[in-house]
Parts: sequence; structure tokens; C-alpha cells
Amino acid sequence: MDIIIVGCGRVGYILADHLSKEKHNITLIDTNDHRLAPALANLDVQAVMGNGTTYSCLMEAGIKSAELLIAVTGEDEINMISCMMAKKANSKCQTIARIRKPEYLPERNYFKQAFGMSMIINPELAAAREINQLINVPAALEIDSFARGRVDLLRLVISEDSILNGMKVMEVSKKFDRKVLICIQMHNGEVTIPNGNAVLSAGDSISVILPKPMISKFYNTVSDNNLSTIKNVMIIGGGTTGEYLAEALCDGGVNVRIIEKNPDKCDVLAEQLLKADIIWGDASNHDVLLAAGLEDMDAFVTLTTTDSENCFLSLYAGKVAPKCKLITRVHKLEQDEIITTLPIGSIITPRRLTAEYILQFVRAKMNTKGSNVEALYELMDNRVEALEFSIRDDSPVLNIPLANLQTKNNLLICAIVRGKKIITPSGKDELKLGDTVIVVTTHLGLQDISDILAD
Amino acid sequence: MNYRAVTKVTNYVVGLMGLFLLLPAMIGVIYKEYHVALIYLAVAGGCLFVYTLFWHFLRKEPKRSRGFYGKEGFVVTALSWIIMSLIGALPMCIAKDIPHYIDAVFEVASGLSTTGASVIPDLDVVSHATIFFRSFTHWIGGMGVLVFILAILPRVSGSPLSILKAESPGPTVSKLVPKIQTTSLILYGLYIGLTVLEFVLLLFDKDLPLFVNICHTMGTAGTGGFSVTNSGQAGMSQYTQIITTIFMLLFGANFSFYFLLFSGKIKDALKIEELRWYFCIWFIAVSVILANLFFSGYGFKENILGAAFSCASLMTTTGYTIVDFGQWPVFTHVVLMTLMFVGGCAGSTGGGFKVSRIMLMIKQIGREIRQQIHPNQVYTVRVDKKPVSQDVLKSCNTLFIAYVLILIVSCLIVSLDNFDFTTTFAGVMATYNNIGVGFGKVCVGGCFNIFSDSSKIVMIIDMLAGRLEILPMLILFHPNTWKK
Repeated sequence: MDIIIVGCGRVGYILADHLSKEKHNITLIDTNDHRLAPALANLDVQAVMGNGTTYSCLMEAGIKSAELLIAVTGEDEINMISCMMAKKANSKCQTIARIRKPEYLPERNYFKQAFGMSMIINPELAAAREINQLINVPAALEIDSFARGRVDLLRLVISEDSILNGMKVMEVSKKFDRKVLICIQMHNGEVTIPNGNAVLSAGDSISVILPKPMISKFYNTVSDNNLSTIKNVMIIGGGTTGEYLAEALCDGGVNVRIIEKNPDKCDVLAEQLLKADIIWGDASNHDVLLAAGLEDMDAFVTLTTTDSENCFLSLYAGKVAPKCKLITRVHKLEQDEIITTLPIGSIITPRRLTAEYILQFVRAKMNTKGSNVEALYELMDNRVEALEFSIRDDSPVLNIPLANLQTKNNLLICAIVRGKKIITPSGKDELKLGDTVIVVTTHLGLQDISDILAD
Repeated sequence: MNYRAVTKVTNYVVGLMGLFLLLPAMIGVIYKEYHVALIYLAVAGGCLFVYTLFWHFLRKEPKRSRGFYGKEGFVVTALSWIIMSLIGALPMCIAKDIPHYIDAVFEVASGLSTTGASVIPDLDVVSHATIFFRSFTHWIGGMGVLVFILAILPRVSGSPLSILKAESPGPTVSKLVPKIQTTSLILYGLYIGLTVLEFVLLLFDKDLPLFVNICHTMGTAGTGGFSVTNSGQAGMSQYTQIITTIFMLLFGANFSFYFLLFSGKIKDALKIEELRWYFCIWFIAVSVILANLFFSGYGFKENILGAAFSCASLMTTTGYTIVDFGQWPVFTHVVLMTLMFVGGCAGSTGGGFKVSRIMLMIKQIGREIRQQIHPNQVYTVRVDKKPVSQDVLKSCNTLFIAYVLILIVSCLIVSLDNFDFTTTFAGVMATYNNIGVGFGKVCVGGCFNIFSDSSKIVMIIDMLAGRLEILPMLILFHPNTWKK
């Protein structure tokens, strides 16, 4: 598929990287050739220097044959005009725009109708939604959904007093009527796809795949009592994300306390959020945090503008309130490997979320054209991929009991969705035409269900 | 340095060379030169054996592989070209077509780098297999072997753009389409298409034997210049000479021109600035040479084809000759020598310094003059109406300095053979710019076997450096490349 990406910032670069590796033809447009140079050197893409809102520039990038234009420059208006120009130049081209200003939020549906945009992504809103989901399911560090939300993949860290501590993977599965499957285990930084005999220990980060209805049962059994529901949340930083988040949490009946150091901002927030407590103060002052009742909080969300401050705040909160669920926003992607080792709870990276949402859209679009990856998530520092395949064509893997299938090492078939049934596969089960299959593997870049076979 | 990836890609080149060597073996069988055919077959077998061996050892991917960065790309390119020259020389040497190994390496390096400078004094005693093979090296050297590998292999991890950068001539590489593999395929498609077109057109010349046609076409396509018979191109019909002139010019033109042409953007294609300069330079050179010849009493009409052919041949760095321009006045020699330096377009199969770089340098002189007149004037160098970045200008200027320095050092070493100045300088220019014919003792009908071994080695390096545009060779030999 020919895809044009306008704006070669971080999101543009991530998108170009992933999409070019998924065999799409990518053309990047940016006004700054210093931003284009690294993409040209490292990625298999083409670049056009120029303004993505101009017809001539879009023509040079090949808008006539493009099927998708993704506008992710820093300016909302440029993104919108770019999408509008693209739609005018080639009505068959679908468009995605990143639009982040809150005042455009109510206009989203109008944009879609009037300008034919296929998708509008707001990073702050996406981040707020993601955080909201994490707070609703407190034990999870990360939640990804498959099969249109019927199957979830949870990531959690096993604590000292968790009942999972010391259990075998097989036993966990038995405990929940074989409906829960532990598919990834990170033990001391080593990522493996565990077999039934692997033993879980405290400190391990694991990913569990389970049907949605099982979540609360799994939770109540696994998690410490204190974490079972979250009633009080402290948010540091009342920016756009904080506002969206507070709104969503308040609607869910959660007590929200926002700490913001800009007094004007506090006034605005207080006007808009009726139920939330707004506290004017500098959160880097520990007394402010303690006075605001940090020790009684169930969740602590850091949304200040600086990454390092967010990290330090979370580290401090983890020390003062050990039972508190921590959620830290980090903008930069580069320090991933180091940051994930810090005890700062869940990490939310708006840029990555934006890229992930768009990638899912592209994959779903590809789906209608033959490739059968329904959904794809990158887990544990991009070392593991969880994929959802829909089986539409005949394939050598069909109708063979899984026990007889020679699959790749480090690959696990986690779930088979057949009609309304969700099957946690055993050796006797077979894949059938029309199934949706969820696979977790360390072999990155699988394209088709038949790729699960060993070479 | 990612030794593993470097070995792997170099190994592909060895394997490919094994396949290439099967072709002359076939020619040997056709012409009943069974002894020579056997030798080519044996070397091909050896290559394929080594390839399988390494392939077997490198089959398993390591868990955490190091990246393939620009450095690796340059090293792979430079190494591959050296190894190909060394391997290609083996059968020629063993078959006693060129008994001396260094001579054989010279011949193959000359072929691969599309130079066409020969050390064979008498082509009649050489086997058909060898004659075919040296012309064939022109053809594969013209577009580049690694570009071919990029075209057919699944994606090599990392950034293969550096390979394309190292192997395709020109100050900047413009990918025609987003995918590097598709770009390579298109380039080779155009290359093969043009080659076949010339071959078919030359079929109409009834006097041209099929074997000569094939070899001659491959020599033109790669802008190489090896002759097939002792009489060279002078003995060919006027029709063939005209067709050859046209195709030399076509192969010396920027290949993106043809891509734009075929994708229907004829207007854009004709607007390529470099292409205009290229044809202008050629036309001006032909005109002044003709004028000079006319006023010096050499005649006008009878020299039109000769001048057009010679200018096209030297400018595209092919090196075919139909007239002995050594007999012409000195003015024409200087014009031709300038053409040798200018070379073909970027992104073509031609050698030399490239029209686009000359263009950049002349425009920079213009900028410098303007800035002396109005010190505060901001002036950007533009090509095709688009501003050229400082980095490109800088690397162009640096390349020129490196070019001149290597030229001087090469001349110094070659001058130890104690030939006259013209022979020494023209010999180095002819090899360094991948032309294959010079002035003095290496003019039309001359032969490079007059030089000593040390000079030949210098020229071998010059030829490969000239083809790869110097930098990959310098990077290969720079100690920092090999430091941890």
C-alpha cells in the first residue's frame, strides 16, 4: 500500500519505521531536511522536502496513487489542511489527522463528515483513556484487547504476597478452569514464553491472556485486597490529559485530586471540573504531596511536562505509599530500556500510543485486502509480539491437532475464538477456517498464520 | 564492524561471480574451446563451493545481530569489487590468455570498473570465452553487482541505502520509489531494456557477427570500451557507429530520466538540469573540435561522425574509438581530456567526475563571486530549482580534493616508469576516469601492457576507486573503519 506521512517528527518516524517493515511504500514529507535525513538513512522510505499542505508537494509524493495519508505534524491546522488537500487531489485516498487542541474535540465528527477524514487521533485523549482503563483494572500495568474486546492481554508484576508467587504456570491455568493462560514471563530481564512447568516468582512481569468476563475473577484472586478497586486518585499536572482523565474518572465515581502549580490554570480547572479537588501547589515539594494526602491514595498519576520530574515523583510516591498504583507519563521514547527497569509502575507514552492507534487502523485496512493480521501489539520493549490472525483462506495449519503441529520455538497459540466461544487451546484442539487466533511470539514480523510453522 | 553481515553480503557476491563465470564457460563450449571452458567451469565451481560453505556457516541468525550501518555498506561494496577482480582474473590467468596474474587482475578490474583499458596486445590469440567474459564484466560493472543483489535478495537488514550510495555514481542518490528493492529492480529493468534495444538495432547490420554484436553492446551499455577484434570499432559500418554513438550518450544519461519518461512525466524528464548540461557540453565539445579541425585543414564533413563519436565515447567514459584522434591538433586533445574529466551523468553507468558535480562546483564559483560583490547577500545553490544542502556541496568539494590528490599521487608513482608526460598523465586519467583510452603511447591502438607491475597496481586501485567514486575505497583502507 502506498502511504504518505506528513511530518517526520517522532510519531512520523515510528510510523514510517513500522509501516515500511510491514512492506508498505512510505513517502515522508517534511519541511526540514535534517529531520528527513535520519529516516532516509535508516529506513527503507522515500522523502520529499516541502510543505505537506501544498498541492505540488503532495503530487511529488505521489498522492495520485496513495491509499492513505497520515498527517502528524506538530500543528493541528497543518494536519487538517494536509488531509483536505489530499482528499481533493485523490478522493480514494483515506486520511488520518492528529488533532490535539481541546477546542477541536467536539468538532471531530464534523471533520470526519465534511473533510472525509477516516480517523482523527488526539494523543492526550488516547493517553487519558489508556490511563482510565489502567485505573479501572488496577493490577494491570498494560491492557491490550483482542477479538473486538472479548479477549484481553494483561501485564502485571507479581508481588511478594501474591498467590501467584511460587506457582507453576500449569497450576495457575488449572485454578481458573483453564481459561487463563500465562503467555509471557519476564524474569530478571530475560523474556521467555513459559511452558507449563515454569515457576513464577515475585518480581516477575507476566502477561496473561484471558476472556473479558474472567477479569474480575482473576483479579480478586490474584491481587492484594488494597488494590482491588481504586477510589482515590491523585493527578499531578492539570494539562489537557489531566483534564480529560479527571473528567473520565469523575464520571466513574472516583475521587480525583489534581495538583497544578499554575494558579490561572487551577481556576480554569476548578470551573470545568465540578467534582474534582484542585490544589494549587508545586508537586516537587514533598510537603505539598503529603498535605494533599498522598499516603491515602490508591493511584498516583504524573502528567507534568518533564519526563524526569514524572519519574522522580513516581519513585517518591512508590516509597511513601507502597500500595499505591503508579502511572507515569514519559514523552521520550529513547530511554525506554532504562525507564522500564525503574519501579514507576505503568508507563504511558502518548507518542507511542498515537503510533499504535494509527498502526492498528492501517492493519485493519490491510485486512480487508488480504493480509490477515487483525491486531498486533508489541510487548516487553518490542521483544515480543502478540498478534491476532483471522483465518480466511486455506492454510497448511488447519485441521491438525495442535500437538501435531510443528510450530516455531518461543511461540504460543494463546486463544482461539470460534464464533462466540473462546477456547484456550490444548493439544487436541485444531484451527479451523473462520477462526480468530491469538499468537504470542518472540519472532517478530509474522505476516500470516502459516508463519507460525517452524522453518 | 559487523563482520558477519559483511562476510554474508560479500559471500553473495562470490556466489554470484560463480554463476557469472558459467556464461564464458558456455561460450567456450560453443566455440569448441573445451580446455578454456573447463577452466572457467572449475573456477565457477570453486566460487559456488566457497559460497555454499560460508552460507552453511552463516545460515543461523544470531540472537542479537549488530546493525548494518553506512560503514558496513561502504566496506562491503569496496571489498566486493576487489574480490570480484581477483576471482575474475583467475580463469584468464590459468587459461594462459593473460599469463601474468597482475595483468589479468588489471584486465578484469578494467572490465568491472567499465574502463576498457586492455593489456592484451593481440586479441586474435585470445579465446572467445575470455573475450566474452571481459565484455560481460563491463555489463555487470556498469549498473553494479550489489544493486543487482539488492534487487533479487530479500531485504538485507539495516540500511542498504549505503550500498546503493556507494555503488551508484553521483553526489546524491535519489530513490525512484520508496522501496529500495523496487528501485533496484527498476534500474536493472531499464538497463536490460536499453541493452536489448541496442542489440536489436545492431542486428540490422548484416556485417556485424552476432558474437561481436553481443560483446560490443555490453561494452556500450556499461560504458566500458573493450574491443572484440584488433580493428576495434573503426572497422564497423557507419550504421553501427551511429547507433553506438547514440547509445553511448543514452547510457551516460541519468537513469531517472528514463524512469520519469516511462512513468509519463515527460515534462519533468526533459527539465532535468543535469541532462541539459550533459548534452550541451557534448554538443559544444563536438562543435569546437569540428571548428578546430576545419580551420587546421583536416576537413569538416568527413570528421563529423568521428568527432561526435569520440566526444560521446570519452565523455561517457566508454573509450571506443573509430578515428585516431592522436593525429588531431593539440587543442582537440585538451577538449577531449576535459570531457574525460567531466564524465557522464550521476545515476548513469558512466564514470568521471560527473556532470552534476561540475554543475555544483561552477554554481559555487558563481555564489562566491556574488558574495564578494555583495558580502551580505544570501544565495543558495539550486539544482532543478531546488536548494542544494550544504552537506552535499561540502562532500562534492571534498571529493574533488580527494580526486585531485589521488590523481597526483598516482601520476607520481606511474611516472617512475619514465614515459613521456602525456603518456603518464593520460594513462592515469584514462584508468582513473574509467575511459580506457588516452593520449601518447596509450592513445588509439595503444596497450597498457607497457606499464610496470607497480604502475598497473596503482591503476587497478585507481580504476576501482574511480568507479566507486573514491570514498568507499578510502573508507576501506582507513584505520578508523577497523577500530573497535
